Amino acid sequence: MAGVIGSAIKRREDPALIQGKGRFTDNLSVPGMQYASIVRSPYAHGRIESIDTSAAQATPGVVAVFTGKDIEESPSGGVVPTVWLLPTLKTPPHPILASEVVRYVGEGVAVVVAENPYIAKDAADRVSVEYEPLGVVCDPEDAVAEGAPQLFEEAPRNLAFEWELGESEPVEEAFTNAPKKVELKLRNNRILPHPIEPRSALASYEDHSGELTLWLTSQNPHVHRLLMSLASIGLPEHKIRVIAGDVGGGFGGKIHHYPDEAIASWCSMQLNQPVKWTATRSEGNLTDAHGRDHVTRAALALDEEGRIRGFKVETHAAMGAYLSTFAPAVPTYLYGTLMSGQYDMPAIHVSVKGVFTNTAPVDAVRGAGRPEATYVVERLMDLAATELDLDPVEIRRRNFVAADAFPYQTQVALEYDSGNYQGTLDRALEIAGYDELRAEQTRRREAGEKPLGIGFSTYIEACGLAPSQLVGALGAQAGLWEAAKIRVHPSGSVTLFVGTMAQGQGHKTTYAQIVADRLGIDLESIDVREGDTGEMQFGMGTYGSRSAAVGGSAVVKGLDRLIAKGRLIAAHLMEASPDDVVFENGRYSIRGGDPSEGHSFGEVTLQAYLAHNLPEGTEPGMEETAFYDPANFTFPFGSHIAVVEVDPDTGEIELLRYIAVDDCGNVINPMIVDGQVQGGVVHGIGQALWEEALYDDGGQMISATLLDYALPRAHKVVSMELDRTTTPCPHNPLGVKGIGEAGAIASPPAIVNAVVDALKPYGIRHLEMPLTPEKVWRAIHPGEDA
Amino acid sequence: MYPAEFDYVRADSVQEAIELLNQHQDSKLLAGGHSLIPMLKLRLAQPATLIDIGRIPDMEGVSLKDDVVQVGALTTHAELTDSETLISLCPLLSEAASRVGDPQVRHRGTIGGNIAHADPASDLPAPLLALDATVHMVGKDGERSVAIGDFFVDLLTTALGEDEVITRITIPIGKDSRGSSYLKMEHPASGYAVCGAAALVSRSNDGSHVRLALNGVTATPCRGGAVEEALKGSDLTDVAIDAAVDDHLSISEPLSDNFASGSFRVHLAHVWSKRALKIARDRVSE
Repeated sequence: MAGVIGSAIKRREDPALIQGKGRFTDNLSVPGMQYASIVRSPYAHGRIESIDTSAAQATPGVVAVFTGKDIEESPSGGVVPTVWLLPTLKTPPHPILASEVVRYVGEGVAVVVAENPYIAKDAADRVSVEYEPLGVVCDPEDAVAEGAPQLFEEAPRNLAFEWELGESEPVEEAFTNAPKKVELKLRNNRILPHPIEPRSALASYEDHSGELTLWLTSQNPHVHRLLMSLASIGLPEHKIRVIAGDVGGGFGGKIHHYPDEAIASWCSMQLNQPVKWTATRSEGNLTDAHGRDHVTRAALALDEEGRIRGFKVETHAAMGAYLSTFAPAVPTYLYGTLMSGQYDMPAIHVSVKGVFTNTAPVDAVRGAGRPEATYVVERLMDLAATELDLDPVEIRRRNFVAADAFPYQTQVALEYDSGNYQGTLDRALEIAGYDELRAEQTRRREAGEKPLGIGFSTYIEACGLAPSQLVGALGAQAGLWEAAKIRVHPSGSVTLFVGTMAQGQGHKTTYAQIVADRLGIDLESIDVREGDTGEMQFGMGTYGSRSAAVGGSAVVKGLDRLIAKGRLIAAHLMEASPDDVVFENGRYSIRGGDPSEGHSFGEVTLQAYLAHNLPEGTEPGMEETAFYDPANFTFPFGSHIAVVEVDPDTGEIELLRYIAVDDCGNVINPMIVDGQVQGGVVHGIGQALWEEALYDDGGQMISATLLDYALPRAHKVVSMELDRTTTPCPHNPLGVKGIGEAGAIASPPAIVNAVVDALKPYGIRHLEMPLTPEKVWRAIHPGEDA
Repeated sequence: MYPAEFDYVRADSVQEAIELLNQHQDSKLLAGGHSLIPMLKLRLAQPATLIDIGRIPDMEGVSLKDDVVQVGALTTHAELTDSETLISLCPLLSEAASRVGDPQVRHRGTIGGNIAHADPASDLPAPLLALDATVHMVGKDGERSVAIGDFFVDLLTTALGEDEVITRITIPIGKDSRGSSYLKMEHPASGYAVCGAAALVSRSNDGSHVRLALNGVTATPCRGGAVEEALKGSDLTDVAIDAAVDDHLSISEPLSDNFASGSFRVHLAHVWSKRALKIARDRVSE
């Protein structure tokens, strides 16, 4: 089945899912299962004075009530760790239930286990906790100010870390000498990951074996198992099995090790009974790790022609109340390293303060650092264009890394593998009909009609963090390779195990396409399995758009070994030298001979299992495990154009067109790639126009339900105009790059640039996301009160 | 999202519902459930008993009797949207109903439940106010009727007595040539009206009459009486409408939240009033 790679095969996982046959964690039940409800702090910062559990204990149907003290007194670890250690990082412990101080609304202080979830919640409401309220700070700039409330003694001024990248001296020199400077302060609004399936954990400990099985909404079950073993639970790793079944979206929010699954596991171990916990939607909104929340001051130095001479960026990044799993990496190595964008910048300096605040922890959400970086770069490019009176297309053209300049070494550590930035922009302009759009904009301005805006985002993305040696040097307490185990059964069908974990990405389809293409067998003969630490030795999971580039490469590596083993056997059967045997379209044959006289891969596999007639030194069977550690990140890129219309009377924004031309290298399944682009773009439109996880001064989250937190809706989004160019990745066997996050990285600046472009005649130079009608209206009508 | 424990009983008639209301302290009527159930799930409402009136016969549907449109309290938003009677005689209500929630909500939520909940940002109050609707309710002391303007007392508070059940809403239909419009700026999360404007324009021999009502802007829906007065007999040009709204629409104590401040809501009320009035004017059948 050569040619399967690159075809738009329908997703093989969908028939079951759309018929309601998915098996999500909360769908599962096991005999004797009890339900946990976690008592959460209503205060953003407070000292726990007393906890009275007697009324909860006395509720009929309640099995047990535990507090943080109970966990402290048990031998288990009881803390969830961060695994990315920056040199100056302060790592105050994050207990799975607070016993002394709570630091955000939603932090757990006790847990009720009961025979059904209704009783559990009723009893949780009867746990009486007295708090001494403490001072609250939610804004990352306010938190470092003199006299701000302190979250941890060990972190003065609430600083979790201070970090910098790039040489500051050449940047200062550029600012001293450059004729043009552009400065902007901008916020990247805090958003929720908000998967449609809330987080859920079903823990089943059996004391006869001493083994804990945990069904979990996880993007990386092996990482969860490792962290539970090392930190939160303390059981040996081989005594924990984590299984992620169907997972209904993650967007980063299911990467992290949360207290909740550790609490369910700890309760199951205490009670020797299975315990299930599932977040309600508002509980998830309060406790899922949030994304973004940056305050940034950035400045570009340019020459008269608009060529960049230097770029400096200072960011306060909220960490929330505790350091989540990968939190320190997000505003540093996933952010500062992207500050060169698609541009040839001779000098860049980035400094970041990671700041504790009385809010839910902040960690990776779709794009993780890269959307924040792209927003800064692309907003500054547009502002520079305006202030130098250049077209936003022209300023980009003048600064692009040239197509013949790859590999390109940036001033912020990364070496871009391949690219053709002008190529995607030219194609996007062609689709958009750029000249006509500008003419229409002018016509409307002259006619006094609703202003039209055209916004650009020419983005760079870095996928598949790698190689492991490098990420280790940067502070990761993990390697970022991937593993694949390919089991060819005697009859020729294949079970493929991969250490990644899909949450909607369609891995059962794309990985099967790789196998079908390489082995020349039908898709129906291939099963793809992920998510069970009992089936697969180890794997790093799915995030950072890494699965195709890293997981797919591991699959190819394993397949190549199997094909090579098959060649030895086929050559032996045909009494030929292996060097004279070719493998094409699923058949081994003599080079130049008649392929029909050769042997199919399935026939050779059967011989491998029969082992009646194998070449000397060849082991029976047909199974391979391959580990793939990439040589570099991959660098997808693209050009997006948003066209908007603004109603100056109400401040409402209507999206008229959205053009996206992406380049993610070779494409395995174009339909899935289009879907990822569309989903990502809509995600970013949501951030630009509607979404904000907003805390008031007292640390209450005032958009914690879907009555207030606005997710994108289908009728507010246009049908996108998509296209691709193809610049293969030069350093992995499939030439693929990654596409899961590109849309969410590209679209926020495209939208904001478009709105600011529309409002240029009003002298507006910047608007903060989300662009709500009131914000837009007040910018158009400064000082006016109706 | 687990509600606190409650009992559930079902009434098969209005009389039985009233008896059950008298029997059960701290009870709530359940019709379509689309206002009540979210409150239960968030534990903002924790009634001891739910009395399900959703299957009482003869309480739903739209009919016409003596130039008065009769709308059963259990009529769903979808039925309001699709009713031929409303579309021809009272399109303002069906247009507003079509803007409530999404198709699933519109097929469960009822007009009676909607007004009983009295969410100021809901879509039905302003059109009902502009249409001079009357709310009919029955309690142990018999039936009574309240003008819609008196029915809404405050935020989430109505004139409905504790043992009373809303049975129907009636709307008088004039003989004049009319045009109407309901417009709203919807909240991007909830879909409720940040500002909703219902306008009704009629033309007869003695000139134009307009009616204007707003929801989402104040704690109860409000009528733009001074604007109506100013436009009496007007030729309803754009200029006349703009001037009447600018000079005479007065909103006191506007609602305010993170999405739209009070003063922005007041501004929106002016914009949407003008727009709704102009569309209504254009829809008057000559």
